[in-house]
Parts: sequence; structure tokens; C-alpha cells
Amino acid sequence: MSRPYNHLPMRAADALCEALKAEGVEHVFGIPGGANLPTYDALYDADLLHIQSRHEQGAGHAAEGYAKASGRVGVAFATSGPGATNLVTAIADAMMDSVPTVFITGQVRTELIGTDGFQEADVTGITLPVVKHSFLVTDPRQIPTYIHQAFHIASTGRPGPVLVDVPQDLSRADIEYEPAEGPPELPGYKPPTEGNIKQIRLATKALANARRPVIYAGGGVVNANASEELIDFMASDKFPITLTVMGLGAFPAPHEQWLGMLGMHGTRTANYAMDSADLIVAVGARFDDRITGKLSEFAPRAKFVHIDVDPAEISKNVPAHIPIVGDAKDVLPKLTREYRALKADSSRLDDWWGRIRAWQHEYPLGYEDSTDSVIKPQFMIEAMYEATEGEAVITSDVGQHQMWAAQYYHFSRPRRWINSGGLGTMGFGLPAAIGAKVARPDDQVVCLAGDGSLVMVCQEMATAAVHDIPVKVFLMNNGYMGMVRQWQELFWDGRYSSVELGDSPDWVKLAEAFGWTALRCDDKRELTGSMRTALGTDGPVLLDVHVDQTENCFPMIPAGAAARDMVG
Amino acid sequence: MEAGTPDLVKLEDLQVGKTLTGRKHIISLTVENKPGVLARIAGLFSRRGFNIDTLAVGPTEDPDVSRITLTLDGAVHPIDQVTKQLHKLVNVIKIRDMEPDQRIAREMALFRVQAAVDNRADIMQFAEIFKAKIVDVSRRSLTIEVTGSNDKIDAFERMIRPHGLIEMARTGEVAISRSRPDQ
Repeated sequence: MSRPYNHLPMRAADALCEALKAEGVEHVFGIPGGANLPTYDALYDADLLHIQSRHEQGAGHAAEGYAKASGRVGVAFATSGPGATNLVTAIADAMMDSVPTVFITGQVRTELIGTDGFQEADVTGITLPVVKHSFLVTDPRQIPTYIHQAFHIASTGRPGPVLVDVPQDLSRADIEYEPAEGPPELPGYKPPTEGNIKQIRLATKALANARRPVIYAGGGVVNANASEELIDFMASDKFPITLTVMGLGAFPAPHEQWLGMLGMHGTRTANYAMDSADLIVAVGARFDDRITGKLSEFAPRAKFVHIDVDPAEISKNVPAHIPIVGDAKDVLPKLTREYRALKADSSRLDDWWGRIRAWQHEYPLGYEDSTDSVIKPQFMIEAMYEATEGEAVITSDVGQHQMWAAQYYHFSRPRRWINSGGLGTMGFGLPAAIGAKVARPDDQVVCLAGDGSLVMVCQEMATAAVHDIPVKVFLMNNGYMGMVRQWQELFWDGRYSSVELGDSPDWVKLAEAFGWTALRCDDKRELTGSMRTALGTDGPVLLDVHVDQTENCFPMIPAGAAARDMVG
Repeated sequence: MEAGTPDLVKLEDLQVGKTLTGRKHIISLTVENKPGVLARIAGLFSRRGFNIDTLAVGPTEDPDVSRITLTLDGAVHPIDQVTKQLHKLVNVIKIRDMEPDQRIAREMALFRVQAAVDNRADIMQFAEIFKAKIVDVSRRSLTIEVTGSNDKIDAFERMIRPHGLIEMARTGEVAISRSRPDQ
């Protein structure tokens, strides 16, 4: 079936929209400006739904939220100069969390490039360190090919952000649109998929002998859409499993093999298990410093199997005894099959489980609830879990509230927990929720926001209101930049330098000014009810929850310390 | 099957290799001949904290492909990480970390040396010994072009310094693999 636009002369900007549609794009987030006017003119007639954000960072995070919620490539547009530089935070965020995204920026006319033209910025140069790849268009006929290549690079291997920079004059030029089809010609890009079967067999033979194994999985399993394969693998024997903050939901949280999240604010059980393990099988995780603490004292008794699609992550931080380069979706079933064929003796793990159960019994995750009406932040998460029945898509900002959500909301499915882990970008939550809701309109999407974070991106409330994107924001309002205050309390002698937020803004008034429905709650007896009301109300809703101002998030591995020196 | 049978792998037997090789590495990259490729490579090295000792860039027999030859110290940098990070760059097509006995490496250098009439003959003798060429002459100096291995250029520089080295420009090495006898 030939497409109607083959070889039709059209503006390169129209060809850009056609190329996006050919990649299956339905939604785009962005803001128009001088340098991308031709693109926006093409958008006016194109069959693409454009959501007009209120800050390019919001558009970028929305594209990320869209991608993380759906597994599809998220797309954002920005104009040249300040528009493009406003995208940089979101691009860096997508890079750190391996989010498949394509960012298309307008650029000044070709004859102005390099002359400090109006709204000119070398966005390609600025983003070199934070993109998976980038394209600067120098001939308008390149556009369909570059888009095709960009989507391929963004979504294969280890996903990541790709930038396409289009000078304004080139996007107005007439070209003959020829859709780029088939595998893109990229001689230097051949991501691996299949793991080496010999390595896989070696790993299973080591695992069958291990007496204190731990399975350590992360965001890579979610990216690979390999949750079912992981669950199947876990059923092969009584392995204990822990997940990173990026991997939550890849394995269902309420489960007898679940140790809890590991790392800086992970459970003591998970961290002690890693510390005492004799074999750690890492799948789609990269031994980030929040997990390892002091590297020289990390998991001193363990040997490592490391399964990852990015060979550069293997042995980057921690030397891998058995490296397996491949896609988790491909490697895990083979691992399962080979392991089951060995018919290992499950009872060799009994002693290990004895120790694990003892830790779980002695160090359960918990907090001291208030005896009056004061809302403890952990209680707020539990109420949120109850009100959403554990089934919502939750996005968050960065800080204490993020860690409490990771600890107390028991994610049972992947792509329900959407947060900024690697870069830790405050303000991620609301725009990401907007993107997630656009991707999954039939699911309940809740942004758990921090007051320090939300005020950075509150302008996106206009985006949700005007486009009628009914996200719910549950604001954990403690009047502070909570995590920073906690560190100042614990490590800087309580010298609270510039962490108090005061009571500006009045969040209910502000949300209503943006056209949202807004509620407030400061009594724990009314909290679940308020949440249910918010969830049941049409349109975007903000629930301003006043919580205990000085609660600290524990347990904690202090920065640079070893896991066994956890505090709290 | 009981755990601990010989068919399974003993965890004590699992080892990892050393990350630092302790020697100089010459890495030859073939890259797409596109604008910005060199910037991407230099940027990668800078942000990962890898120090490039020398760098040479030039065309290859294929107009769409360039060659970048760089050297770095394997005593300081984990060479495996360096090559794996380079592989992630989309424009990098092939990477060869050339073993010392499997490569031919050459470098060119230009030396401007003090050579007034009284020591000119000595300088010209050095040039002859090193099979170097005199490419420029003035009243008080000679400019000498030397081509050869890294060691040869180092040796020439050591010989010439005491006689008054005014200025030096070195290209950095390029390398190509040795042919197999039957090729």
C-alpha cells in the first residue's frame, strides 16, 4: 500500500511531521518560537496531537513521563536559543535514566550559525555529553533519514535521548518526501541483544552452587519490558530479590522472595543481604553509588554476575566475574531454562533464608506514627496506597517524599512508578504525570509532589488545565526542602542554611488560579477520604497535604559509608 | 543433584582480570567523516577523566571514513572502559587497540634548532645519523624533519636539546597493523 505522500514535494517541516507519523508518533509536547515556526505551521495541519507546555523543561519531562509510562519514544519540540537550553535538564535526565526520547529543536538560519545570531545557541555542542546521539541538519533532504535514525537509536539497545537540530531556513525548503524505511544505515551502531550462551550457562552453574545469592535488578528490566521474564526466573528457585528505585514494580512488591528496595534509603534487610551475599546476579542495574555506598567495602564476600545491554556498564564500577552482554528480555528466559535443567537443591538456601527472615523480623521498615491528628509523611504514602488500591501510576519529584513513596507504596507492576533517579531532578513529577496521563488516559495518574519541587514547575498546571489532562497532584507539604534539611540536621550540625520554604504559595489558591480543583488536608483522620474525593473528581486536582515538618527518612546509608553502617 | 557437585562452578574459582595494563596503548579508530565527530570523542575523554597523550586525525582510503589514532597510558586508565565507552558513540565504526608487536607506528616531528656557523656541521651530522631531512635554514637556525617510531623521535629530541632546541612540533603517532605473511 503506497502512502499518499510519497515523492510529493512539500516543505521539509511537513516532511518532518510525516516522518514522525511514520515512526508511530501520536503526541508531541513543546513550545513554538521563531526558529521552529515552520515546524509549528506544519503541525497545524498534521495529524499529530501537540500539547503546548508552559516551559520547555516541562515539555521535556512530559516526553520522558510519556516514554516511561508507555515504553514508546517520547517527543518534545523547542525553539532555538533559550528554548533549547531550557530542554537541557530534561535531556540530561533522559540520559541518566535511559529514557527513549527524541528532542527536536529549531536552530537559527544557516547563514547566522556561528555569528551569535538572535536566539542562537549551539545546542548540539551544549548537549554533546548528555545525549545518546545528535543530528545537526545541514541539508533538508536529510530530515526523513535523520528522524528514522533518531528513533532507532533512541529506542534500541540502551535507550536514551537523541537530539535533532533543524535550522529554520532548511525546514522551510521544499523537498521531495521520501519515507526512510527499513533498518537505518548506521555502521557504528549495532546494539547487542542475545547473551552469550556459554556465559549464561556459567552463571547458572555458579548460581546453583551459591549458598547466599541475591538477585539485584534495576531500571533495565523495566526498559526491556522483561518483568514477566524476571518473575518466571524468580520462580526457578527460592532466590531473594531486591530492586533499585528505578526498577520498582519489575517484580511484585508484596512477595515472599522480596527483600525491599536496596541502597541509600533501602531496607536494612536488602542492604545486609547484599553485604553478606556470596553471589550477586545484577540484571539491568549499574551499581550506582546510591546502591554501593563506599565501593571498597561494597559486598565484600560476593562474586558478581552482571547482565546488561550496555557493555560499558559491566565492570565500570564493580568488576564482573561473569559478564553477560544482552537484552534482559532475551537473556532471562535462557537463564531460567539453563538453571532449571541443573535441578539444583533448593534446601541449600534454607540457612540463608533463616538469616534473612531474622533481619526482616529485627529491622522491619517502620515509623512512629502520631497519636494526634498530625500527618506523618509515611502515613500519607500508606493512605495514598490505600486510596489508589495500589494500582495507580505514580510520578514523583525528588527528595524525602520520593524515598518514602519508594519504601511504602508497594508497586506490583512495572511502569507504575515514574521518577527521576539518576539525575534526581526536582520538578520532574508534575510534567512527567502530564506525559504519563497522555500516554495512558484510562489509568489513574497521581503525582506525589514535594513543595520545594512543585514550585519549580507549577506553570505546567496551566498545561494540564488547558488541555484537560486530569492528573491528580498529592502535595506532601512540609514547608522545607526536606531531604536537604535532613542532611543539614544529620551531617551539618543542624545549620539550616536556606532550606525553609515558608508558606508561599497558598497552594490551594494557586492551583485554583490555574483552573484546577484544589483541596487541603492537615488531619490524618480525613486524609484517605480527601484522597478518594480528589481521585473521584473530574479534571486536574491538587490535594495540599500538610505533613509533619521535621520527620526524617530512614534507614539511611550516609554518603560514602558502607552498607553495614546504616543509620536510623 | 546436590549443590557442590563437580558439574557446578565453585564460587571461589571465579576470578576477575586486572583493569590496568601498565603499558602505553595505541588505539586506532575508524569513524564516520561527519562534522562534530572529533568533538564527541574529545568530550567523551574529558568527561570520563581519560587523558589523551597524543591524537592524530586524517582521511582513509574511504572518503566517508576518517581515522583517529590516539595514545593513552594504560597504567593510569582502565583501557577496557575507554574502548567500551568509545563504542557507544554512534559515529565510531571500529576500534583497534593495537598490540605492540602487531602494529607499525610512525610519527613525524619538526625541530627548529640553534645552528650558527660554528655548530652547524654537528647538527647536520645528527640529521644524517637519524636519516632526517633539513627543510629550512636561516642565519642562526636549521629546521629538521624527522620521521620514525616514537622512540626514534624521543631519541633525536634528547640528542638535540643540549645544542639549543628552539621549537618543536610533533604529530603524534599513526599506526597500521602488520600484514600477515600470507596476505
